This record gives sequence, C-alpha cells and structure tokens, in this order.
Amino acid sequence: MITAAMVWEWVIKSVIICLAMTIGFAYVTLYERKVLARIQVRVGPNRAGPWGALQPLADAVKLIFKEELTPATADKKIFFIAPIITVLPMLVITAVIPWGESVTIGGKTFNLYLTDSNIATLYLMAVTSISVYGITLAGWSSNNKYALMGGLRSTAQMVSYELALGLSFVGPIMLASSMSILDIVHAQSKIWYIFFQPAGFLLFFVASLAEVNRAPFDMPEAEQELTAGYHAEYSGMKFALFFMAEYGKMIAVSMIGSSLFLGGFLSPVGFLSNIPVIGFLFGNGPHWLLLKVAAWLFVMIWIRATWPRIRYDRLMALGWKIMFPLGLLNVVITAIVIVLVGG
Amino acid sequence: MTNIREVTVDELRHLVSDRAMTGETMLLNMGPQHPSTHGVLRLLLELDGEIVVNCIPDIGFLHTGVEKNMEAKTYQKAEVMTDRLDYMNSVGNNLVYCLAVEKLVGLDVPVRAQVLRVILTELQRISSHLLWLGTSCLDLAAMSVFLYAMREREMILGVMEMVSGQRMMTTYIRPGGVWRDVPPEFVPAVQEIVNVMPGRIAEYESMLTQNMLFTERTQGIGVISAEDCARYGLSGPVIRGAGVAFDLRKARPYSGYEQYDFEVPTYDTGDIFGRYMVRMEEMRQSVRIVRQALSRLPAGPVLSDNRKFVPPPRSEIGVSMEALIHHFKLWTEGFNAPRESVFATTESPRGILGVFLEGDGGPKPYRVHYVTPSFVNLQSMPLLTRQHFVADVVGIIGSIDIVLGDADR
Repeated sequence: MITAAMVWEWVIKSVIICLAMTIGFAYVTLYERKVLARIQVRVGPNRAGPWGALQPLADAVKLIFKEELTPATADKKIFFIAPIITVLPMLVITAVIPWGESVTIGGKTFNLYLTDSNIATLYLMAVTSISVYGITLAGWSSNNKYALMGGLRSTAQMVSYELALGLSFVGPIMLASSMSILDIVHAQSKIWYIFFQPAGFLLFFVASLAEVNRAPFDMPEAEQELTAGYHAEYSGMKFALFFMAEYGKMIAVSMIGSSLFLGGFLSPVGFLSNIPVIGFLFGNGPHWLLLKVAAWLFVMIWIRATWPRIRYDRLMALGWKIMFPLGLLNVVITAIVIVLVGG
Repeated sequence: MTNIREVTVDELRHLVSDRAMTGETMLLNMGPQHPSTHGVLRLLLELDGEIVVNCIPDIGFLHTGVEKNMEAKTYQKAEVMTDRLDYMNSVGNNLVYCLAVEKLVGLDVPVRAQVLRVILTELQRISSHLLWLGTSCLDLAAMSVFLYAMREREMILGVMEMVSGQRMMTTYIRPGGVWRDVPPEFVPAVQEIVNVMPGRIAEYESMLTQNMLFTERTQGIGVISAEDCARYGLSGPVIRGAGVAFDLRKARPYSGYEQYDFEVPTYDTGDIFGRYMVRMEEMRQSVRIVRQALSRLPAGPVLSDNRKFVPPPRSEIGVSMEALIHHFKLWTEGFNAPRESVFATTESPRGILGVFLEGDGGPKPYRVHYVTPSFVNLQSMPLLTRQHFVADVVGIIGSIDIVLGDADR
C-alpha cells in the first residue's frame, strides 16, 4: 500500500542523496587537493574562504560561466548526451546504501536509507557499469584520436575489472546469506568482513580503483600520455560533469566498500555508547560511515600521490590473469569454508 | 561549414610504413602542445593499436636564432644569449662559451674562479637532474617526486640568485673568471645543500628504485645498446646507462676537474631504469665534487687581471687613466679576437656540450656553433620507441632528458 506520505518520503530522501553526492563531490575535490598538497609539501587551496572551504564553490561558478566548446567535427548529439550518461549513475548509485538504522523525529520513525532492496548488490553492479557507455561515447563522439584511445581504454578496463569487482561482492553476500546491503552490514555487528575476507577486500579495493579510473589505473585519462583522454575536447560544465562522475563514484565505491567490508555505519566502539551525553558519538550512525569513507578516500588520494601509473597492457594482464582467477578462488574457498563450518 | 585542412597521408609516404596508407595503422600527432613532450617537441607516431610502429621527431618549434644573434654581438655581450639555450644548464652553457673565448684569446683564469666554476656547474648539474627526475616521474604519473625535487632545486636556485642576482639566467661565469666574488653567506648555503642532498636523494630512491610499479614502467623499456649509442653519437647519462663509462670531466678535463676525486657511474641495462640509476648516482658524485671544491676554495682574485680582455674594477676607474680607457674600450667596442677557430667541450648534465667559435680579427665572433646533447640524443627517439606502447613514449622522452631550447637553438 503506497501512501502519499511514503512517496513524499522517497522524494525527499532521493533529493537528499543527490544533494549529498553533489556536495560530497565538491568537497572531495577540495579534500583531495588539500591532502595531495600536504603530501607534496605544499599548502593547497587557501584563498577562497577559511582553509579554502569555499574553493569548490568558486570552481563551480567558474565552470558554469565558462564557454562550452564543441569541436566542429564532433557528433553533436552524442557529444552532448555522453556526460549525462556518465553522471546519472553516480547520482543514483548510493540509493541502496544504508546511512544508519533509523531516526525518530516528531514521533515518526524514518529509516536512514532510501530502500532496502533484496537485490541491492546486483543493483550496484548494474548501475556502476552504465557510466562506461558515457565515457566510450564521449571518446568516440569527440572525433579526436586521444579521446578515442581514452574511450577504448576505459571500455576494456571497466569490462575487465567489473568481473573482479563482482566476484569480490560474492564473499560478503555468501557470508551474510543476503544481497541486501542492510543485512550485510547487520551481519558484521560482531566482526567486520575484512577479517573473514581479506583477499576479497583487496580484490574489491583494486578493482574499485580501476572501476572509478583512479591512479594508478587512471588509464582513460592519463594526462601525461593522452593529454586528458576521453574528456580532452570537453570544456565548461560538460567537463565538470565527467569530473563529478569520477569523484562521485569515488565516494560511492568508498561507501560500498565500507558497507561490505568495514561494517558500514556500525561503530567499532559500540560498547562505549552507554557513556552519558557523548555516548551517541560511539554508537552506530551515519558519522561512522562518513569516517570510514573519509579514510577510504584518503588511501585513494595517498596512492595517487605516490605511485606511478601502471601501463595499459599490464593493467589488462593484472585484471584477467591475476584478479579474475583470484576472485574465483576466493569465492570457491569461501563456499567450502561455509559448508564445512556450517554457516 | 568546416574548413579544416586535412593533411593527406600521401605527404607522409616516405616517413611512415605502407600500412598507414590503407588506414591499418593510425597516425597520431603528439605535440608540440602536449604536456609530456618537455617543451615543444612534436612526435608523429604511427600506431598499431597502442603500439608504436614508427616515431618521427619533428623539432624547430623553439628555434630562436641564438647562434646567429651572437654573431652580431661582442664576445662579452654574446654570452648572455648562451643562458637561453639549455635553460636547465645555463651555468654550463656560460662555462663552455667562456672556455672557448679564453682559448681563442689566450686568457688565464685564477684558481679561485676555477673552483667557483666547478661548484656552480656541479650545483647546476644537480638542479638539472632534479628537474629531470621530477618531470620524468611526472610523466609516469608519480607526481609527488616532482614537488620534492622542486623543493631541493629551490635551494640551488637560491644560491644562483645569491651569486648572480638571477635564478636561472645567471651569466655569472665570464671570460677570464667569474663576474664578482661570492658573498660571505655563499659557503654556508652551499654547505647546507651538500649536507642535505644525500639524504634527499635517498628519499627519492626509497620512493622509486624498489617500487614495483616504477620498475615495471622503466626496466626493459627504451633499450639502447652501447654500439647503437656510438652509431648515433649519443652522450651523457644515456650512454652511461648503456654501460659506457665516458665522461668528458674525466676524458678531457677542464676547469681543473682532474684534481677532484669522483667516479663515473654506469649501469649496463641501457633502459630507462639504467639512465635513472646513472643520474641518481651522478647527483651523489656532484655532491662529492662540490664538497671537495668547498674544502679547497682558495682566497684570491676571481677575475683575470689582463685588462685587455677583462674590464677593470670600479675602484680603479676613479684613480687610473689606463683603467678608464680600458673600461671605455671594452664596453663600447669589446676586445678583438684573432682570426682563428677553436672548439671547447664540457660535460653538460645531458652529455657532450661543445662550442665552435671562429674569430675574424674583430670584436665579434664570425661564427658560433653549439654542439648540443639534446639535439644529438633526440635522434635516438625512433630507435628507442619502436614497438613500445604509447605510454612508454612519454617515459622514453623523459629518460633522454631533452631541453628543446638546447635542441633548436
């Protein structure tokens, strides 16, 4: 029975999620610039607002007012649609990730998630794969050889790493006997799955880096080789959409990874939640998810700051010859152990 | 509507393979506006997928006519142009030019000036290698090393500014010595660089040498044999990385390099990694040379007192008629050089740097020609990049360490 109140709740939650992702994207760029700067003995943005806090706003204003150029020989329609295809999945992907249990406001209980789907992990897989179309089409429609190569690289890369990513999902799914992210998070209340599934965690981490085109797998962009890869011809807000997709997906995979392997919104120090007044800080809640995501993003940025890029052919070899078999092996071993222990 | 001139493939027929004519391979224009071609190098790449079939370097985008311009200037004034050739090695460019001029007119250089020249060229070598390290790692997307290298380079540029007032275009070395004596804070500043550098070099190495991602991108990539090095006439870290222990500082010492105790590092793989290892060790050896030079820096004049070629100091002009005449003659007309030709060579951070200088009896050179390592080493690009990936091309450009100002002149 769907009531008007429920519809309103969904709409409001969706808007909040979209806004959170967009604002999150803006501040992840600042976070990245600050962390990179600190690692590289620099200061980073500090002009716009205190600690550069308004820098993302300044960037957004600048990008909105920039002239958008479309190459004369580009396929105009596809050139226009490509960034939209890329950015949409990033906005909707976190719909199935729970931020917390529920809150009671004014006598009414609200769940801190949009939906608790029983095929949530499949949804994640399906949605993450969509953005690769945008990237490929962007590379192709630009009518630029660098962009084309960037687009082709990303297609090959994402198709290869999707498999490993999917297989790394299987471990937590089997352990929790559920595809719902909420169930998977709840199943980790005693011990996080990173301890049961260290190989799965590593697989997920590497595959997710490749999935979101982050260093050292930022092959499609590879500014030193392909100038800017698939978005070489994009400018203004269209370029910003690609940027948004990349950083939004960084947040999304961090949230997915935290939920699957690091206990999501669960607190690691839940036993302290009985302390008066500040006890809620140690209890479960969205702030733990936020902390885990921040830590996850920090590792991603750290890797970008220190490691050289892996070469395209090595990347494919790694994906097919190491990650994929390892993923299969991990699934088989997990299954055998579950059967033996009688999970 | 569209008025873009399509270059026909026929125009390239003699340069690329026949497969490019049928569209089987793709022609990709890399540069001159490309972030990793270290300036304005243009490479025409013929690609089979991502594999380079042919690589055709195209230079000349930074041609400035420096050599021709120098013919219109007196010997002292022409020197200012030399800084602009290889802007990463301006001290070395000054040095080789001054060596040539001194050879042409038979001018002696005081010992203190010799030692100062050695200190500054070695500091410049370190700074050039630091910039190479930073940019070539940036080409492989290891971005932090770049900023660490810049941090140390800043100290060296500070010393350059201290002695000459300029950070890059110093023109500090002059025919007959150096411009003026170093300030008292020079020695402590250099001492600090010498003390800090070994630790910093170890820091870079800790980030790269053992890093599997780095070695995968460098080992076995862009390999050149010692024979090919000789065939192409290459020099500098490229040949030392291929196992040839040839360094002009040892083979044909100048500025008193024979008095210093240092080694010529070599590595026998001939790949990017070999060149990397050689340059890292060269920085250590340069530190060693600077340390020795500092310890033996003698007191005394820094400029020859041969007033026919070297202008008198300001203090003399007020009291000596002779000095005033010399000053006037040297700054209005310059000194005359004999009708002879000389050739001087030094070891620049990139290889053999030579100057051919021909005098015509007047105050201006009849012909100046620079033999530059960037130009010569760049010729090996087609050989080095063959059958490698596009991603390796940028690594290879970085590893031969070209400066386009040096190649185009």
